[in-house]
Amino acid sequence: MNEMNDTTRPSILSIEGLSIAYDKDKFAVKDVTATIKKNAITAIMGPSGCGKTTLLRAINRMHELYPNISTQGIIKLNDENIYEMSTIKLRRKIGMVFQRPNPFPTLSIYENVIAGYKLNGIHLKRSERDEIVETSLRDVTLWEEVKASLHKKGTFLSGGQQQRLCIARALAFKPDVILLDEPTSALDPVATAKIEDLLVELKKQYTIVLVTHNMSQAARISDNSMFMYLGELIEYENTKTIFTNPKDPRTEGYLTGKFG
Amino acid sequence: MDQTNIFTEKKRAEILSNHFAGRKFRDRSFLIAVIFFSLITISFVFLIIGSLVMKGYHQINWAFFTQTAPDTFTAMMAKSSGQIIPGGIVNGITGSLYLVGIASLIAIPFGVLIGIYLYENSKKRYAGVIRDITDVLQGVPSIVVGLIVYLWVVVHVTHGYSVLAGSIALALMMLPLIIRSTEESMKMIPDTLKEAAIALGTPYYKVILRVLIPTSFSGLMTGILLAISRILGETAPLMLTTLGNPAINWHLTKPVSAVPLLIWQFYNDPNMVDLIWSSTLFLMGFVLILNMLSKWIAARRNL
Repeated sequence: MNEMNDTTRPSILSIEGLSIAYDKDKFAVKDVTATIKKNAITAIMGPSGCGKTTLLRAINRMHELYPNISTQGIIKLNDENIYEMSTIKLRRKIGMVFQRPNPFPTLSIYENVIAGYKLNGIHLKRSERDEIVETSLRDVTLWEEVKASLHKKGTFLSGGQQQRLCIARALAFKPDVILLDEPTSALDPVATAKIEDLLVELKKQYTIVLVTHNMSQAARISDNSMFMYLGELIEYENTKTIFTNPKDPRTEGYLTGKFG
Repeated sequence: MDQTNIFTEKKRAEILSNHFAGRKFRDRSFLIAVIFFSLITISFVFLIIGSLVMKGYHQINWAFFTQTAPDTFTAMMAKSSGQIIPGGIVNGITGSLYLVGIASLIAIPFGVLIGIYLYENSKKRYAGVIRDITDVLQGVPSIVVGLIVYLWVVVHVTHGYSVLAGSIALALMMLPLIIRSTEESMKMIPDTLKEAAIALGTPYYKVILRVLIPTSFSGLMTGILLAISRILGETAPLMLTTLGNPAINWHLTKPVSAVPLLIWQFYNDPNMVDLIWSSTLFLMGFVLILNMLSKWIAARRNL
């Protein structure tokens, strides 16, 4: 049912029959099947509690932190089952950015960008480190703003800058996919616009999956959109199509503001 | 007839203003009572420090920090000729630092690890049991701790009063404080920070070592310093475990002195009365500095 018309791009992620329960038989995500296209921004929309964040977090196995959450189904990254990969390999390939900016408060801006390498005990030469920090910060258009204060604590930055720093931290690993969980919900409109421009720029190199509360954000920047309701994937379409011509009455109801 | 007409506007305003006057009066008297009682409480602290300084300052000199406690005969001779008592409490100072140092070496790793365990598994039943036992341990009277360590260590391990026994007794008293403060300061860390590290593929033990501990470092330090300042003045358990020593001692299995032990000794010797005050002043000052240090560290956390 969820076959999408986006045939121009190859797919990178495929989710097959994914169900996630917080308690026994209390499913937050019910039997979701979808493929995510490479070098596209895929938005996941839906009202609060529809399971969109739960679905996103399954893609880099964040749920394993909480033993009461059980997951069924398969997710494949480039035809490789993510549940058979080591978590370090998986999370190097699939980065994540959270709702609230969360730079490590004890680390400097510089150390925050290469935190993934440091925390995994991957040793880099000084020149390699410098290069990763600079390109990652340039990718998120933060370099010019912070290059003079790289050794200050990351928490001195404004909220929008902190969020871009967190994106740079995820980019430092050169992942295939970046997952973003409502990345602008804690930011003001100017900072939000910057992040949106950034995401459009980043999709040239990366695949982006974005959970958003904000329908107009999905309409502005995403290529494909999923609409979820009560844990089910109701509709998954090209963004233009879903906004102009939704097939399911529930999608239409949500998009026209009847509930949400 | 309309009943509300009985209350004219004027009357209503009068009733209301009386009501507010009553409120204002109650508010003021309550405020005065609060200020009065807090002043009493605060003044005790200043009275304590003031009388210690008044009584103790003239004994505080270079010798006080460099020489061991005098014997009662020397003290008597000095007193009868109107001089200040020679000697100092360096055996007590070194002993206290030694005891607290060894006690910290034992209690901090255990306490921090158990605290992290409780934070990580806060809902498990085993964690609940540990938490209850920790509370019980905190409530055990210090003399009981001293007696038990006497039985275990003094009698069976070191075969005599020893630094080791004293340190174990103090460590037992520090442990619940450190466990609780570790757990509390870990709880202050937002979950999102932990998730940020996990999302970078960090193995869990490194999340603890490289993210959780550094982030809560000021909280951990505050708890540790408060625990140290709490046990620095403990006397009863030390009487039963390290006894005291007129000389400086660095042997783990030999008795050692401590500042509170010396105070007790001086108290029991009419010739040494003057040294009580200076030693107490020293102890009080030391504890005060540790307290202020921990407050300062805690305040820096909020930057």
